[in-house]
Amino acid sequence: MEKFTTHTGRAVPLRRSNVDTDQIIPAVYLKRVTRTGFEDGLFAAWRQDPGFVLNRPEYAGADVLVAGADFGTGSSREHAVWALQNYGFKAVISPRFGDIFRGNSLKGGLLTVLLPESDVERLWQAVEEDPTTAVTVDLVEREVRYADVVLPFEIDDYTRWRLMEGLDDIGLTLRHAEEVEIFEQSRPAWKPRTLAAAD
Amino acid sequence: MADKGRTLAEKIWQEHVVRSAEGEPDLLYIDLHLVHEVTSPQAFDGLRLAGRAVRRPDLTIATEDHNVPTVNIDQPIADIVSRTQVETLRKNCADFGIRLHRMGDASQGVVHVIGPQLGLTQPGTTIVCGDSHTSTHGAFGALAFGIGTSEVEHVLATQTLPQYRPKTMAITVNGTLPDGVTSKDIILALIAKIGTGGGQGYVIEYRGEAIRALSMEARMTICNMSIEAGARAGMIAPDETTFAYLKGRQHAPSGADWDAAVAYWRTLVTDDDATFDAEVVIDASDLTPFVTWGTNPGQGAPLGASVPDPSTIVDDAERASAERALEYMGLRPGTKLRDIEVNTVFLGSCTNGRIEDLRAAAAVLKGRKVADGVRVLVVPGSMAVKQQAESEGLHSVFVEAGAEWRSAGCSMCLGMNPDQLAPGERSASTSNRNFEGRQGKGGRTHLVSPLVAAATAVRGRLSAPSDLD
Ligand code: SF4
Repeated sequence: MEKFTTHTGRAVPLRRSNVDTDQIIPAVYLKRVTRTGFEDGLFAAWRQDPGFVLNRPEYAGADVLVAGADFGTGSSREHAVWALQNYGFKAVISPRFGDIFRGNSLKGGLLTVLLPESDVERLWQAVEEDPTTAVTVDLVEREVRYADVVLPFEIDDYTRWRLMEGLDDIGLTLRHAEEVEIFEQSRPAWKPRTLAAAD
Repeated sequence: MADKGRTLAEKIWQEHVVRSAEGEPDLLYIDLHLVHEVTSPQAFDGLRLAGRAVRRPDLTIATEDHNVPTVNIDQPIADIVSRTQVETLRKNCADFGIRLHRMGDASQGVVHVIGPQLGLTQPGTTIVCGDSHTSTHGAFGALAFGIGTSEVEHVLATQTLPQYRPKTMAITVNGTLPDGVTSKDIILALIAKIGTGGGQGYVIEYRGEAIRALSMEARMTICNMSIEAGARAGMIAPDETTFAYLKGRQHAPSGADWDAAVAYWRTLVTDDDATFDAEVVIDASDLTPFVTWGTNPGQGAPLGASVPDPSTIVDDAERASAERALEYMGLRPGTKLRDIEVNTVFLGSCTNGRIEDLRAAAAVLKGRKVADGVRVLVVPGSMAVKQQAESEGLHSVFVEAGAEWRSAGCSMCLGMNPDQLAPGERSASTSNRNFEGRQGKGGRTHLVSPLVAAATAVRGRLSAPSDLD
């Protein structure tokens, strides 16, 4: 995973709430067995509308997505995170995220930032008025900055550290392999198994 | 800590903590990992790249469900990309020693239908799957939640997951369900009440008289849709209903093990002095059949109501969302929900594709005909459900009524296989998501119970069995 410390880019105002993962990437685009190439499915239905915000030339190349509440609800598909990343997004800002989506994004290095609804509204207005506005998402300081506005956000220390170091969770867990083994020895024998002992 | 009562979720959590450190998520042991073709290929690839094995193939099981066609299942999958995904799963399971239920197998089916059916889903266990509706298994008093592909890889490699302790929410359903009202109506009404973000960050425990009275299958329907309320998981404390369902199933404990297991399972109740972080109470006796009119599962109303007028909604974001939804759904405010005509009825999915659901729908369809021009797909949740239905003659009821009798899979729940709505087509669906395009690009979905689905098939308009002569 790439390290994330701070990122400055332009932002896309996605004035919609309840953007579920079926909208972020419809099921028919989930059939690939790789982690790349999912940008073609990103917001596939909406992108057919030339007026859709991602199609507007003034937002081309912008890589911070600013969305309404309940972004990423629904299906657990991590493809939604890959689609956003494959398309070029580095961070998503919203007042509330679907739980699984948020977990997936922070595991994969796409920074999801929680800001209150009023801050999101101001940020929308700012980038609608001036699409060239530079928006900084600073994980080190835990703030979003644009023009002369500074918006603090919360993220737990552990996740922040992991993102800043670009650490892979599996590697971290394997450091505790011995504890896992000890735990397994105390598991009752009647707990279910999928393979018969003879298999 | 020691003298404070604990909730069911807290008890199971505590039993599975491998390691806990200040400022870090707990490392949680996973008892059962369910795998399917869509969210696993990149995880297996990751293992290969890192030269890692699957730590516990004996706690892992795979099935083919999301992509599989529901007709001609003895032939290779026609869609090349779908076929590749299914074949990739077969290769991965063979390489890593994982039991796989392939298309056509007696035990193949939707991942959340087969776990309980095989007796693998048991009280007090932790269960994960790369699928949000893993919450279904919570009906057995398990802590079960959906995970993403990176986490799938993590569980494959370590049989654990780093997780933050969730908050707990009690949803108490008092009273008795009126006739013709089902657990699907409870959960749809509940989501309309608390909203799609209402359960966010919580594990929900459903309790109360109305929940206790439900069968295991009806409990699964409720827990299944916990994710539609934004919750991480939903659960119901195990009781005699749970034990009776499990007894004698293939992977359930037997003999002395059974007695030891039941003795433990009986301890899996929320202590009287435990506290929840949030509580919601509803009364089942007030409920009527419930359907959705919009494009998220919170946009629902009693079948007897009309399409709402967005201009009366105070919250800006909600109003905008309702306006958009009505435009997408092609509906006008004030239209009676009972006047909405459908082209398709889908009976199936991990929400309502189990044997009781098929029995309920067949009882309504028996001796009746599907309305002209309406396509009705009946897709059993698993091959075992299909078999059972056929042994009871339910398939003949469906076929004689004019419905199509299919093989098991996710099918039109998400339209990854050829079972899809065409643009503008409208369905009454027993599945769990009415998102834009969920059942096919441009398709319009109304979420309903199996009873409403069957009555709607007969009248061609959203209906309850009581509307039929
Ligand atoms: S039936 Fe629908 S909700 Fe259930 S696992 Fe399949 S696609 Fe997901």
